[in-house]
Amino acid sequence: MRFSIYRYQPESGDAPSMQPFELAVRPGMMLREALLALRDTDPTLAFRHSCGEGVCGSDAMNVNGRNVLACTTPVDGLKEPVQIRPLPGMPVVRDLIVDMEPFFRQYRAIQPYLQVNDPLPESEQRQSPTERQRLDGLYECILCGCCSTACPSFWWNPDKFLGPAALLQAWRFLADSRDQGREARLDFLEGPFRLFRCHSIMNCVEVCPKGLNPTRTIGLIRQMMLREMG
Amino acid sequence: MTVVHRRFDVLVIGAGGGGLRAALQLASQEARVAVVSKVFPTRSHTVAAQGGVNAALANVTPDNWQWHLYDTVKGSDWLGDQDAIEYMCRTAAERVIELEHYGVPFSRLDDGRIYQRPFGGQSQHFGGAQAARTCAAADRTGHAILHTLYQQNIRCRTTFFDEYFALDLIQDEEGHVLGAVTLEIATGDVVVIEARATLLATGGAGQLYRTNTNARINTGDGLAMALRAGLPLQDMEFFQFHPTGIAGKGMLISEAVRGEGGYLVNGDGERFMSRYAPKAHDLASRDVVSRAIYTEVQEGRGCGTERDHVQLHISHLGEAAIAERLPGIREMCQTFLGIDPAASPIPVYPTAHYMMGGIPTSRDARVVVPAGSGEEAVPGLWAAGECACVSVHGANRLGGNSLLDIIVFGRAAADDIERWLQEAPYHRPLPEAAVARSLQRLEALEQDDDGERPAELRKAIQATMEQYCGVFRTEAKLQEGLAQVQALAQRSLKLRLSDRSRIFNIERIEALETQNLAALACATVASALARTESRGAHSRVDHPERDDAQWLRHTLYFHQPARLEYKPVKLRPLTAEPIPPVERIY
Repeated sequence: MRFSIYRYQPESGDAPSMQPFELAVRPGMMLREALLALRDTDPTLAFRHSCGEGVCGSDAMNVNGRNVLACTTPVDGLKEPVQIRPLPGMPVVRDLIVDMEPFFRQYRAIQPYLQVNDPLPESEQRQSPTERQRLDGLYECILCGCCSTACPSFWWNPDKFLGPAALLQAWRFLADSRDQGREARLDFLEGPFRLFRCHSIMNCVEVCPKGLNPTRTIGLIRQMMLREMG
Repeated sequence: MTVVHRRFDVLVIGAGGGGLRAALQLASQEARVAVVSKVFPTRSHTVAAQGGVNAALANVTPDNWQWHLYDTVKGSDWLGDQDAIEYMCRTAAERVIELEHYGVPFSRLDDGRIYQRPFGGQSQHFGGAQAARTCAAADRTGHAILHTLYQQNIRCRTTFFDEYFALDLIQDEEGHVLGAVTLEIATGDVVVIEARATLLATGGAGQLYRTNTNARINTGDGLAMALRAGLPLQDMEFFQFHPTGIAGKGMLISEAVRGEGGYLVNGDGERFMSRYAPKAHDLASRDVVSRAIYTEVQEGRGCGTERDHVQLHISHLGEAAIAERLPGIREMCQTFLGIDPAASPIPVYPTAHYMMGGIPTSRDARVVVPAGSGEEAVPGLWAAGECACVSVHGANRLGGNSLLDIIVFGRAAADDIERWLQEAPYHRPLPEAAVARSLQRLEALEQDDDGERPAELRKAIQATMEQYCGVFRTEAKLQEGLAQVQALAQRSLKLRLSDRSRIFNIERIEALETQNLAALACATVASALARTESRGAHSRVDHPERDDAQWLRHTLYFHQPARLEYKPVKLRPLTAEPIPPVERIY
């Protein structure tokens, strides 16, 4: 199988370029395994990866124009040469490794933690199965960054627009029956940029490797705002 | 080489559940806490834990911590220290409730309490009916806990050193640990982080074996740091093989699958576990189930054209239950096997999973070393989680007790460090040669032009461990294995880097990890060779019986020069009645 992989090594002084590779792939091989096999031939090829099963979120990259996790992407059926680039719109550190800080900064900004003002009970806070079900499709996010870096609004305003991943998490806490920070959370999301730069392009939904739907949650936040803030 | 100096009250190395639980508490207490992690915190391997965390909440079946204590001691094949086990089981409920208060999205029962499922080795009334003790967030409990703990650390504004690799502990002449030397992966800069207290929470070393459930990062870096600092490692011969990894690939299929009612079937269509565990069947402890699967396959009763695995059936649970309770497992089967377990059985085979051994610690997570006829604490150093050996898992860990271990002893470490910070209000002066050893190791990697590549050596270590120190062990195999891993450890000191860049040089990190793995391979095989009995996960074909007269004791392995010492098992709980060793039948 033929690959064309983005290479950039800042110390070399060379401009970034696409480097061709070839590999005999096995049936059922995942892209991460293919990249590891390529690393055996060229140990300078740099990319992040760890769990190999789609739960740690390390190996997000852009493959044939689409953001994926390498470890859950079968090489079978990929159009050749397989074009592999770093996640779009992020500063490249080296090869397929980007600086994720702009992404994590937006995640931190939404105060992604449960806020409870009332005294806590000695035992667990009660939550019905129905209330708990509202967190399904939200808490599973692995912070891989596939969605936000596929979002044109995030490309244009990565410092002002929170992006789909952070907004999905904002809703994860707004939707939690235990959370008491709703008013402040909604206040924070007001304004033309943080939430409202979303134009429902739905690239985020298209690429999420966990099958989550940030666009839907952004809609739910808007509805809640209308309801609660008039 | 640039050397940067930073100074904190507490240094936590590792950002899995243990490290983050400790950091959260200390940062809430206004201590200045640095967390060093070689990956972004939510990439830590706690994220991959599936089934749940044990605590006798009694939400589903009657339960109490005494039964949990009994099950854990029995699960440990009596090698676990009963005082530490009592402490863990007794505090379990509070720790899990705390997690719920932090925001962990546990699955719920109709009355709104935390959902609990049955897991292997759990019983009511000291060996009676099956208990349901494992608190779960579907089958993504580790993910839910890790993300929540990270989120709470954001609230406390813990200082994170993301993508920094810890090289060595810094110790002064009196043996005080004063922090660590680290490498910033993105820049190649060496960063010295001084601290009054240092907590190792670096996880296990599943990468010792070729087929494993572990993430690539699980290379036991903290354990090797301890060895290089002259500290021993305890009970390294006990390595858990999880019964149900995806056959041929290794990804974990949670014990929750059997807890929810799944069962194993051999090539003859027989539910063979009943022959090995007449009472607990598929929910016997992991060492028992793994050996049963091996035996079935070895005796020609495997499944598939190669008869090299067995099958895990869950289709009878029904679509709705699988979607609600086991969605992650289903997703994994669809991705890696192209099957839906609601329709087809899952091909499974045992795979390297968890290290019961580790850095010896006391109940309050202080690292301890032999002194006179007892032990003494290493001043300034704590360890918690899979890298530590307290020992609550003994010779075999029960499913659901590892997430419990990290939150209980992460918290215990934080409690003790708080006291320590009061007693030791100032940083001690750094010895002049503090960074020399680490710099030397880095420089050596740049100089050798005739050595091996790290990736090749790592594969050799994994293949050797699998061949000579797997589930079934013999003196002859271990002898040969020891010679081989010792040679590999020598070779690991002479590695060649093709990549000489400073910026995000992954090959350099892999070289350092491989050196760590090589040292741990030596510790594991040497400890296994000496223990001439079978206990828990350590199965000696040439010594098939447990031998309490000679071997009811913990192994301590020291590196360079390699030697073994032993220490007694603590057979008395803190307050409960002791649980005397008897034959272990499930």
